[in-house]
Amino acid sequence: MTTFWPATRRAVATAAALVALVSSANWLARHGHAAAAAAPQVVIDDFTFGPAVMTVARGTTVTWTNKDDDPHTVASDGDPKLFKSPALDTDQSFAFTFNEAGTFKYFCTIHPRMRGTVVVQ
Amino acid sequence: MPDRHDHGASRRNLLKCMMWGSAGVLWTVNGGVPQALQLGGAALAAAPAPGAFTFIQISDTHIGFKGAANPDPGATLKEALAKIGEVRPAMLLHTGDVSHLTKPEEFELAAAIMKTANLDTHYVPGEHDTIGDNGKSFFERFGAEKNTDGWYSFDQAGVHFIGLVNVIDLRPGGLGYLGPKQIAWLEDDLKGKTASTPIVVFAHMPLWTVSADWGWGTDDAGAAIAALKRFGSVTVLNGHIHQVIQKVEGSVALRTAYSTAFPQAAPGTPGASPGPLKVAAEQLRSVLGVRRIDIVGDKAVTLTDTALA
Repeated sequence: MTTFWPATRRAVATAAALVALVSSANWLARHGHAAAAAAPQVVIDDFTFGPAVMTVARGTTVTWTNKDDDPHTVASDGDPKLFKSPALDTDQSFAFTFNEAGTFKYFCTIHPRMRGTVVVQ
Repeated sequence: MPDRHDHGASRRNLLKCMMWGSAGVLWTVNGGVPQALQLGGAALAAAPAPGAFTFIQISDTHIGFKGAANPDPGATLKEALAKIGEVRPAMLLHTGDVSHLTKPEEFELAAAIMKTANLDTHYVPGEHDTIGDNGKSFFERFGAEKNTDGWYSFDQAGVHFIGLVNVIDLRPGGLGYLGPKQIAWLEDDLKGKTASTPIVVFAHMPLWTVSADWGWGTDDAGAAIAALKRFGSVTVLNGHIHQVIQKVEGSVALRTAYSTAFPQAAPGTPGASPGPLKVAAEQLRSVLGVRRIDIVGDKAVTLTDTALA
């Protein structure tokens, strides 16, 4: 069932909602609760990390989820590795919190042609 | 990255890539000239030529895989072994991806099923067998080599067999990788062998670039092939891509094999990826299979790829 509001009432309600959103955003900004925003997600699909390049703030936890039938891993370039997941089977996830600023390239150790980057600001 | 396709003027004579569907295929390589004959499924168990040394290649059993492309790879492996039993081969080569996720229970189940074949079996790992531990658990179960990082050679019936490992320490952006230590070992291993010694190399990932985009190749395969070129008969048996594709380069013939678990798309198929390919259940066994190899004397090598059904 749909209830039609008069145009004026709808506008008032929308404005109120906007005010609420803006104030909560301001509150979050003031109190540094940016984590309340949706956690950054990288989806592994068709042998590709998506998005291939992601920019996040320091302290952000990035989660990778494998949607392929084939297993994948998420491992930082270089040695020693900053992060290295175990094998992620279908629908399995791995999360890593980036506490340092920088550009972090990573790849799948099983399918090394698969590459991605997290830029931490 | 070495260029494995630089064959100069004679390139068109040396480089032949072919792929076959579900029907059995007989390849005869005689003096470096391959011939192909389509065969029916009965060819697998056909009587070998007098004096032939007959063995089997099996690949990509992926025990532990549970996806829609084949919910029971243990069952199809058992079917493959039943077919092999009719051949009575001298031995079995497994070219990797024994397991799907390098899990102990997957290795255990795979070993239990493989044991039912009651055949001397030589393994090399696939990238699915070495996840997270550089192959430690794989080599513990399927053959640890004391003096190498997993690669080895042996002689049987006058043939020199070489098992290579090209799935460990893969580099970001790269393909399969042998590494300078293994290539030096290979060069040393071949020293003193006469050029007429038949050579069979087996390794998981193709030792030529079938598709760079799909990661179907080995970065430093060129150095290995260069070390093998002086021999009159070199057969390279690979897995990884779950389909039969061949390349012939002079006296070196390279072939990938069927999986016993699930098929994969032909390289470069639009919209496809190099993962498991789901086909209709009644078609599955027509795109899975095993390979029989017959070697007669020092040159004649026959390969018979046969689907499970």
